[in-house]
Amino acid sequence: MKWSIDILVVGAGPAGIAAAVTAAEAGQHVGLVDDNPVPGGQIWRSGAPLPVTARRWQARLDASSVVRLEGWRVFDCPEPNVVRAERNGFKPAHPDAGIDENRDCAELRCRALILATGARERFLPFPGWTLPNVMGAGGLDAMVRGGLPIAGKRAVIAGTGPLLLAVAAHLAARQAKVEVVCEQAPLSRLARFAAGMLTEPAKLWQGARYRITTRHTPYRTGCWPIAAHGRDRLEAVTLQQGRNRWEVPCDYLGCGFHLVPNIELPDLLGCRIEDGFVATDALLQTSVPGVYCAGEPTGIGGVELSLLEGQIAALAASGNVDRARSLARQRRRRLGFVRALQQACALDPQLRELPQEDTVVCRCEDVRHRELHEHATWRQAKLHTRCGMGPCQGRVCGAAAEFLFGWHAGSVRPPLFPASVSSLVSPREPALADESLVAANAFHENAKETP
Amino acid sequence: MSISDVVIVGAGIVGAACARECAGRGLRTIVVDALGIGSGATAAGMGHIVVMDDSPMQLALTVYSQRLWRELSAELPADVEFEPCGTLWVAGDDEEMDEVCRKRALYASVGVDSEILDGQALAEAEPRLRRPLSGALLVPSDAVLYPPCAAGYLMREAVRMGAQLLAPQRVLSAGKGRVLLENGTELHAARIVNACGVDAARLLPGLPIRKRRGHLVITDRYPGFVRHQLVELGYLKSAHSLTMDSVAFNVQPRRTGQLLIGSSREYGAETSGVNHALLAAMVARAQAYLPEIGELQATRVWTGFRAATPDKLPLIGPWPEDNTLFLATGHEGLGITTSLATAKLLASAMFGEEAEIPAEPYLPARYLHGEGDAELAAGASGKRRDTEKSHV
Repeated sequence: MKWSIDILVVGAGPAGIAAAVTAAEAGQHVGLVDDNPVPGGQIWRSGAPLPVTARRWQARLDASSVVRLEGWRVFDCPEPNVVRAERNGFKPAHPDAGIDENRDCAELRCRALILATGARERFLPFPGWTLPNVMGAGGLDAMVRGGLPIAGKRAVIAGTGPLLLAVAAHLAARQAKVEVVCEQAPLSRLARFAAGMLTEPAKLWQGARYRITTRHTPYRTGCWPIAAHGRDRLEAVTLQQGRNRWEVPCDYLGCGFHLVPNIELPDLLGCRIEDGFVATDALLQTSVPGVYCAGEPTGIGGVELSLLEGQIAALAASGNVDRARSLARQRRRRLGFVRALQQACALDPQLRELPQEDTVVCRCEDVRHRELHEHATWRQAKLHTRCGMGPCQGRVCGAAAEFLFGWHAGSVRPPLFPASVSSLVSPREPALADESLVAANAFHENAKETP
Repeated sequence: MSISDVVIVGAGIVGAACARECAGRGLRTIVVDALGIGSGATAAGMGHIVVMDDSPMQLALTVYSQRLWRELSAELPADVEFEPCGTLWVAGDDEEMDEVCRKRALYASVGVDSEILDGQALAEAEPRLRRPLSGALLVPSDAVLYPPCAAGYLMREAVRMGAQLLAPQRVLSAGKGRVLLENGTELHAARIVNACGVDAARLLPGLPIRKRRGHLVITDRYPGFVRHQLVELGYLKSAHSLTMDSVAFNVQPRRTGQLLIGSSREYGAETSGVNHALLAAMVARAQAYLPEIGELQATRVWTGFRAATPDKLPLIGPWPEDNTLFLATGHEGLGITTSLATAKLLASAMFGEEAEIPAEPYLPARYLHGEGDAELAAGASGKRRDTEKSHV
């Protein structure tokens, strides 16, 4: 089985699902690859009742001919139409552990590539942020969906962005005691943003609903954690709002400072990046012909915009330019929201004072703040301290360093994620012997034969 | 305008070592670098302190410099990660075992101790190597270190002794006692040292230095996976030629438990991107010697450029056409090893002293009569082999 398809979609969040479904319904042979075991991405994570929109798109995906590579992680793109992926869950085998039977590596060829790689949370280092039970707001949410018992536990949600309210609402619904939600942005800016959102009734409603669900929870603006305390794990958080500081005992702190787009793969492919986001034309083609980008990497705009972008990219990539253009007009009207959200979530410069001299900035390599600020560039800091050189490859500390020091990350090279050494040798052909894939391919063959 | 005794262009490990030597001799020293300390080949290299014998001149330089590193090792701070793990030159067959014996005799003749391991002893020393192998030559005095921090240490020492570092600051021209910076500043100095590695020819057009790209892979942490720097001796049959792209088995254990996997050499590659075919061949070569290495996690891959000269010897000493200009470049894959000796030779040249080893083989003047002559001269003066080991 030589693996060659029309359109390969990377990332199975809302944008990726919409792209894959739309392209498949347009008659294309589509592959959808994602490192999670089930589609949905970060926002439509299983483990909680999904919104109607999510269920509708999931159903379309299930009914489609899309070939799904679930649990496969893309680590390299040697050419714009060649993607290399490794089956996720391949644990670094300790030399003594023997060979991992599940290891596999695939090379996928396609005519067009749609990158829907999503976004991750931005972490900012402050004293105690590496304590157990301190995590990202979205990360805490995902843990709860994954089964972390939260009922009766005290949680503080902090950072910036609409995600905080969504997480607080979800935790409250699971009987967590959400002590406070701290939004770093000042009230004045949020008010401006909210006023701007009047053109976005659906979003306003969504926001209001979250507020209602969390109405017993104080929502503080211009407020952030300055330290987390605890011996073996989190016991309390010190919060600051203006000149006031106070301590809140809690079991969990979910703290995320908005989202950072996952642009490593487009960057590796040579797609033009502007202001940290992937630059595209109106039909979402990047500067590399045949490579499209949809969802958060083009601008943080949330689920509805991601769904729209996924459809536009799929239609454009499958030659349905007129339909793509008409959806692109809808998209253009929403771009104001993207800009407004970006402005609303702009980080307060005072947050640069959060880390103390001995605060760890790079968790992988245990690099502290004082070791970094003597360097002039990200590259110099990396070379001399190993900051960002660990397994996460700077995905956590890089975004923090960009804010703290104004450094910009350097060039991206394969592997995008740690991959087994043997995967760097050209993957075997045929590389895929995955049961689900075979089944999906069989389905596709049958679908073609059915009149 | 600023006046100093010496301006060193380039803060790689060679420039840093020269700065430490110059400042240590009381010269008012300024170092300029376009990026920062150890940002070029120093950042890309493996950091293998190794005695090499491609030619008698190379042997003399590496023996001298390896000794200097050992003498310095007690002073090196922890972040330099100096690890005296030794080198194992691995022999795959009897023919390569003959080479092991020849190498041992040669090393002994210049005072470098080494030990021949048979196949059994090699398997005990490095159980993860494939079996059977014929044996190996162990050179216990070789070492590994982390080059950017080694350069950082040398530069801090230079600064402690009065040197000044200007970085990031690009140099537009350097010669006739003047160094012009991009920001318009002009530095005046009695001596200028061009220690720009692959960039050296930009400041001195016509210098016979070519970029030779290399790839390295770094893994996650697997302490004890291998214990020595492992290099194949198979170059008699397979390895790095002077002209063609090539790969060789070269694996290094870091103090962190990480492994560096090399090595590759290619000419004509100008970009830092990965050559997937060459990377694959390089990794496959490593797997041929260490079958289990494929199961480890690779964290990163990168490339770097070596400053290669036609006769594979560095350019160290005065540039005859400009009595203010000195060169310290062209170290190809041995810049980390030979940086300390380079600094000694350079300082001796500046002060008109006799160096500890003959300086003539490395003098840039050898290239003034054209590349072809130099090639001939190098070929005639020693039994230089058309093979080599790589370090990037």
